[in-house]
Amino acid sequence: MLKLRDGIIELYKKVATSIPSDVEEALKNAYSRETSPLAKGSMEIILSNISLARTTSRPICQDTGFPVFFIKVPKGISHQLVKETVIEATRIATKKVPLRPNAVDIVTGKNTSDNTGDYFPLIYMDETEDQSLIVDLMLKGAGCENLGQTYKLPTELKVEGYSVMESNLPNAERNNTITVLAERDFDGVRKCVLDAVFKAQGKGCPPYTIGVAIGGAKDQATFLSKRQLMRRITDNNPDNALTEIEQKILKDINSLGIGAAGLGGETTAIGVKIGAGHRHPASYFVDVSFSCWANRRGRLIW
Amino acid sequence: MNTRDTRNTINLNTPLTKEDVLNLKIGDMVFISGRIVTGRDRVHKFLFHERPDKKEIPFDLEGGIIYHCGPIITPSLKGEEVGGGKVIAAGPTTSMRVEMYEADVIKSYGIRGIIGKGGMGDKTLAALKEYGCVYLHTISGAAAYLADRIKGVAGGWKIEEFGEPEAMWLLDVEDFPAMVTMDAHGNSLHREIERLSFERLKEMVK
Repeated sequence: MLKLRDGIIELYKKVATSIPSDVEEALKNAYSRETSPLAKGSMEIILSNISLARTTSRPICQDTGFPVFFIKVPKGISHQLVKETVIEATRIATKKVPLRPNAVDIVTGKNTSDNTGDYFPLIYMDETEDQSLIVDLMLKGAGCENLGQTYKLPTELKVEGYSVMESNLPNAERNNTITVLAERDFDGVRKCVLDAVFKAQGKGCPPYTIGVAIGGAKDQATFLSKRQLMRRITDNNPDNALTEIEQKILKDINSLGIGAAGLGGETTAIGVKIGAGHRHPASYFVDVSFSCWANRRGRLIW
Repeated sequence: MNTRDTRNTINLNTPLTKEDVLNLKIGDMVFISGRIVTGRDRVHKFLFHERPDKKEIPFDLEGGIIYHCGPIITPSLKGEEVGGGKVIAAGPTTSMRVEMYEADVIKSYGIRGIIGKGGMGDKTLAALKEYGCVYLHTISGAAAYLADRIKGVAGGWKIEEFGEPEAMWLLDVEDFPAMVTMDAHGNSLHREIERLSFERLKEMVK
């Protein structure tokens, strides 16, 4: 377990200071396609920050996030022991990487200073037939986490916007409300995701990766949508119907024109990943999880 | 209005005067040198409700710039008003979370500049105009890049009570880059983008 602990500390270091090659590749492609000078300038700084962080072994973002683990444990290994090892590794990594201490006690308001606390880090564990223990880690930034939305379909979405197009009046108000029917079908899902991205604007560090889940229980959908963010940008959804809707939604998001840094531009998202769980006849949840451009994830096989 | 063609580059030294601020317009690039303070969720809530007297705050906020940021500083600094330590990562946090407090903080403490990401709402925009202040957007997540423009930590306040990410840090900066996205004349680039994306959204959800 000592070796596992050290492996997890290294995983923290790698995930905090570098982003996966598929994400970097997608950002570089977006940069070369970009035509808006503001977005292009922002992307240029984002890309130099990525290489600066990697070469100086410093965190890419000061928010080293909420650590979320998805662990597959071979039969016969104690889940409790793995959990204790993760917590110990978290304490050491906080000092060693370093990570920003992000765990705050709800009752006392005190920061625990070591990134551990109740349900912090978040650890999901499954048993596997494999001989290897697989540790997937996501360092989830909070700016993008805060933009997540849960929808219960069917619903009438109310979207508010500014109506004045021609002039930039200082006292303009969002006095233009539209009603969008989101029904229990893929078009309803698409409308929910567009609503979430429109409301997010540039607040959570675009270009985003968007995780979406459709399901029949609130926690099932939230878990699944976050899990989608672990998928490679270039992967294919095993379900063709979902692949199609992923591509359609990505295209529509990028038609919104929000752009990198939210100052206008071609690329608001680099990927949309959809997962689904069976639902109860009475329920149809659509959950949307955002990742900032710094989609920090990594795997340790032990 | 085309802000892209009229972009100026301006060097700003802190503290800022009202005149400095009135000269700025959306789309301008600025490079800030001098001292800035960090302040995010808890600092804003505290200033709004507790309204500490200016002399209770160890740093002079008059004409100052508040940076919405929870930096990583090493080694970990525990004492109050300590100097030293190196900022290794310091990008902006989402500004909108302090929307309900910012107008009041600008008014009560004579703040002339806000640095953050993602822009702020109509209440802050009105306060920028009324009191002479400006919102500066800096690059989201460019934490290592921006930390290299921070030359040192001159002090810290409320480190124990609020925790390191949420303390008020006094930072020495040199050529810290940002863009004016909300000016003191009622203009907001964020609102312009929101308006544009709303028109496009309407077309796609019909």
